[in-house]
Amino acid sequence: MSEPDTGGGERQAGAAPLSAVELRVNDQVRRLELDPRTSLLDALREHLRLSGTKKGCDHGQCGACTVLVNGRRINSCLTLAVMHEGDEVVTIEGLGAPDDLHPMQRAFVECDGFQCGYCTPGQICSAVGMLAEVRAGSPSHATAEVASSRISLTDEEIRERMSGNICRCAAYPNIVAAIRGIAEGGAA
Amino acid sequence: MRPFTYERPTDARTAVSAVSRSGAKFISGGTNLLDLMKLDIEHPSHLIDISRLPMRDIEELPDGGLRIGAQAVNSDVAADDRVRTRYPVLSQALVSGASGQLRNKASTGGNLLQRTRCPYFYDTAAGCNKRDPGSGCSAIGGFNRIHAVLGASDACIATHPSDMAVAMTALEAEIELLDAEGSVRRVVITDFYRLPGDTPHLETVLRPGELITGVILPPPPPGRQLYRKVRDRASYEFALVSVAAVVSTERGMISEARVAFGGVAHKPWRSFEAEAALIGRPAEMATYRDAARAAMRDAVGQGHNDFKIELARRTLCRTLAQAARSS
Repeated sequence: MSEPDTGGGERQAGAAPLSAVELRVNDQVRRLELDPRTSLLDALREHLRLSGTKKGCDHGQCGACTVLVNGRRINSCLTLAVMHEGDEVVTIEGLGAPDDLHPMQRAFVECDGFQCGYCTPGQICSAVGMLAEVRAGSPSHATAEVASSRISLTDEEIRERMSGNICRCAAYPNIVAAIRGIAEGGAA
Repeated sequence: MRPFTYERPTDARTAVSAVSRSGAKFISGGTNLLDLMKLDIEHPSHLIDISRLPMRDIEELPDGGLRIGAQAVNSDVAADDRVRTRYPVLSQALVSGASGQLRNKASTGGNLLQRTRCPYFYDTAAGCNKRDPGSGCSAIGGFNRIHAVLGASDACIATHPSDMAVAMTALEAEIELLDAEGSVRRVVITDFYRLPGDTPHLETVLRPGELITGVILPPPPPGRQLYRKVRDRASYEFALVSVAAVVSTERGMISEARVAFGGVAHKPWRSFEAEAALIGRPAEMATYRDAARAAMRDAVGQGHNDFKIELARRTLCRTLAQAARSS
């Protein structure tokens, strides 16, 4: 397609004019003309055809849509694409590829950290963002003393920090094991 | 979602003049507003994106307090060293709210302005005076396990879900507001929120067109600060009851105390009654029980939520005992 992608689906009557937005997605500059209502999630999936990021609840409750924006994990369903002009977005496709897995992806495979796999891209993006937060010394509800910047990444800490990602198959023990393995190995 | 137009001003003055347009609303983190727009509960026709306004900083104030920019996101405030060491109750409250992803997006101003709400507010098939004034309250006589026990009315028994605002209430934070004429005023947080009365759709004293630019934390009160949240699951859940307490003791006597509850009312609930029952009394369980009774003296259950009254008393006792032990 040579013209700007205005998005799959019909435009509704009375829709607002399209807004131009430029995102940097997985190290590529992507220019889009979007209905301002388009969530970042829908921009990624429907307009950029990056369907690795999943739509679960579409209300910020399940975490399946988690991506990294400017290095921080967020729910891509609860933000508008037009609000992310110039932002750096990393999706599961940007973390690794089937023949070149990100260490966190490999850990999920090795630890059997999933069953149906639907929540997995969000779990992995969230885990990568979460470990960056721990390295930066951010406290959590499981941190006994919030004033201390030394965080010991216990299973309780991992579970608390990953509570925004629901796994309906309940692969939690293996998800925790995968993340613990990466945290202890120092990668990701 | 209904159509809207979008703009992103680069300074606060432009933002406040833009919001005078009919149907216009500010958007910051969007974590509450977009959720409600998807359900057609909020339906602005124009969104003014304030998330990039230069209001993300946390600054020292000459009196020893802190000024938190309204656009500082929840996770940054929780992780700020000055907040963690001088206002730990605020850091504890922030990390007990929402999820890691939401805290990375939700702003300080947006957290304050998230809607006071209940499941019937979300259910557009049900009557709700807050969503649709005059349509009745489905929670009264409905399923009301999580609802308010203090300050409710015949029109609404919803609770304010913020943890952050409960800690800020105990810290006597002031909210800084900018209006379209460029004038700035400050409102103490206890005066910022309204009780439902017969106008539950009005939740704050924010005037049309006003923008929250920051939150002022006065110098930390003496004593030990503590936030305790009790909920149905261990994480990522609203409070059934929460308590923010600050307790200072001298030779076994309580010299100063601040108490605020979350999950019990339409607003973060400062309990001056509990504080009065604590100050000048021995730091012991009998005192905490008196304070708990005083705090819940006017509490009214709705049936399913009757347990909250006793839960609030016990949560306060336990929080005070823990705070006093180490103050």
